[in-house]
Amino acid sequence: MSAVVFARHAMTPAERLRDAGWVAFVGLILGIPLVGLTTVDVGGRLGVETRFGLLVAAVAAVFAGRLLLRWSIDQARNRKLARDQASTATAADRAHGAQKVVTVLGWVALGASIALPIFYSDNRYVVDTATTVLIYVMLGWGLNVVVGLAGLLDLGYVAFYAVGAYSYALLSTQFGWSFWEALPVSGALAATFGILLGYPILRLRGDYLAIVTLGFGEIIRIILVNWTEFSGGPNGISSIPRPSFFGLEFTRSAPEGSQTFAGFFGLDFSPMHRLIFLYYLILVLALLTHAFVSRLRKLPVGRAWEALREDEIACKAMGMNTTNIKLSAFAIGAMLGGFAGVFFAARQGFISPESFVFTESAIILAIVVLGGMGSQMGVVLAATLLVLIPEFGRNFAEYRMLLFGLAMVLIMVWKPGGLLAHREPTLRLNPLGKAASNKEAA
Amino acid sequence: MMLKMEGVHAHYGHIHALRGIDVEVQVGEIVTLIGANGAGKSTLMMSLFGNPKASAGRIVFDGEDITRVHTHEIARRGIALVPEGRRIFPRMTVIENLQMGTAHADPANYAADIARVFAMFPILEERQSQRAGTLSGGEQQMLAIGRALMSRPKLLLLDEPSLGLAPIYIRKIFQIVKELNRDHGMTILLVEQNANQALRVAHRGYVLQHGEITLSGSGSELLASPEVRAAYLEGGHA
Repeated sequence: MSAVVFARHAMTPAERLRDAGWVAFVGLILGIPLVGLTTVDVGGRLGVETRFGLLVAAVAAVFAGRLLLRWSIDQARNRKLARDQASTATAADRAHGAQKVVTVLGWVALGASIALPIFYSDNRYVVDTATTVLIYVMLGWGLNVVVGLAGLLDLGYVAFYAVGAYSYALLSTQFGWSFWEALPVSGALAATFGILLGYPILRLRGDYLAIVTLGFGEIIRIILVNWTEFSGGPNGISSIPRPSFFGLEFTRSAPEGSQTFAGFFGLDFSPMHRLIFLYYLILVLALLTHAFVSRLRKLPVGRAWEALREDEIACKAMGMNTTNIKLSAFAIGAMLGGFAGVFFAARQGFISPESFVFTESAIILAIVVLGGMGSQMGVVLAATLLVLIPEFGRNFAEYRMLLFGLAMVLIMVWKPGGLLAHREPTLRLNPLGKAASNKEAA
Repeated sequence: MMLKMEGVHAHYGHIHALRGIDVEVQVGEIVTLIGANGAGKSTLMMSLFGNPKASAGRIVFDGEDITRVHTHEIARRGIALVPEGRRIFPRMTVIENLQMGTAHADPANYAADIARVFAMFPILEERQSQRAGTLSGGEQQMLAIGRALMSRPKLLLLDEPSLGLAPIYIRKIFQIVKELNRDHGMTILLVEQNANQALRVAHRGYVLQHGEITLSGSGSELLASPEVRAAYLEGGHA
């Protein structure tokens, strides 16, 4: 007789209790030596003490845990069954419901991110960490175009981030360009690099594409390390000018002929002003990125990216020029990465090739994959998790990265398609003949 | 003359897949191409579509030489392909799939075209917001055909539309092929392993063997021909 039931069907409550009882019994047998007995030092000699209270607690925990586990497995199975059996109408309804939840979640997240510096205006750590989260959100959204939408696995995304950062650093330190002047130029440069990378790999897919992009990322980094006259080599570039607020500097005292932010608004100088300004700056940049990508997704080019991800041959048969589709995905993804890089350089004030190693590419890719390929809100959730887990993990010292890896594995086990795997259709159900369908097509 | 292939050769790497193919399709015809696995049927379809390009010979479509034209350009000139294995976009909804068919079509026709496709395949209208990957095989095949029709092609290429479908859907697909031709005047080039059904709906047919056309004639002639019967109809291929 098999005591522990591996039921293919959902269990009755009695079966569940019996099953949990057996598991608790096994737990008891194992628990007597492991938990119930312990050795103590009795005046220099070894003695044995019993801990039956703890044993009872442990066995109870095993019992309850097993019940809960079975229950949740059954729940999951029922949900899956319901999903499989659901008719068309309810499938559409549920998809609609899921979208609603995501939309609400999005607004809540937006509200929270706007309010955050107000509540933590004197907590440097929180604002700094939130800024980092937003940089990764922006990078995730940029890479989402390439990986999530167009389905081109890019392991060297950090190269474009580096191009953006170094463009700004060089333009500002060598030619005195301001942040706002350098931003579009750096984005364009990054996009150019995107196309440069895109051309030779047009015919590659999957693993081969990943290998070449990985190499590209390393090439950029190694050039930055070795071309000392150009990039400062491993020493990097320091004293990169910080962005100003419409010409108002965030310094204690302004240079001749200009004003400080604090002076202009009659505030006491505080170094937090700049941090909060930087936070809002990246928030605005990230939101613009989001608006831009969401809009593109609904345009023919965005749909073409998704079609390319789904089936390249079918794309060609539909008369789509896959060369242009791929290059546009690379260029736009790279441009967004470049923008994030500009911000990164402006925020740090110092950059070196060490910030643009493969691990960064891997984290950004992990954000896109864990978030659910192509999902914009998923990127936000994943970026928040992946930045915050190592932060919380600081208490665990050397186990920090272990925790990080464990969390990633758990997410993939629990949600193999990513946190928000649901894909929002770019077209709504609309009855035929309505003007709306005409407009969508146009 | 809708399509004329003259002495077309094609290679897949070192494999000489097509060895001098001559095929003609007249306006308003259903022409079928039958042959065993590996005879080069799909290669013929794909080289017609410039992927791979013909290594020798000439392909003329609607009076224009398309031998050297890019794949996506060929599609824009009015050939639509329903690829082997359907190749719908599984994560996109039914209606998005249909819309991808219009990538190069005039947006003004969209409403009319989609109404036409829905009238032909009511199940697609019912499932328009469902992910295409969740449709059954037969429904996916209808979607693939509907998607191809969205671009208002002059010539429709169907590559093994009955492959892997339940018998009821096979009948339905051939019914659709017939109707498309009869009611909408669609010119169709049909590649099939299911020789019996294909020859029944086709006006003319070609038999392809080892990259060469070995027989051609009207559908009924081929059905009656002892070679075809021996090779494709009585050997369990019916």
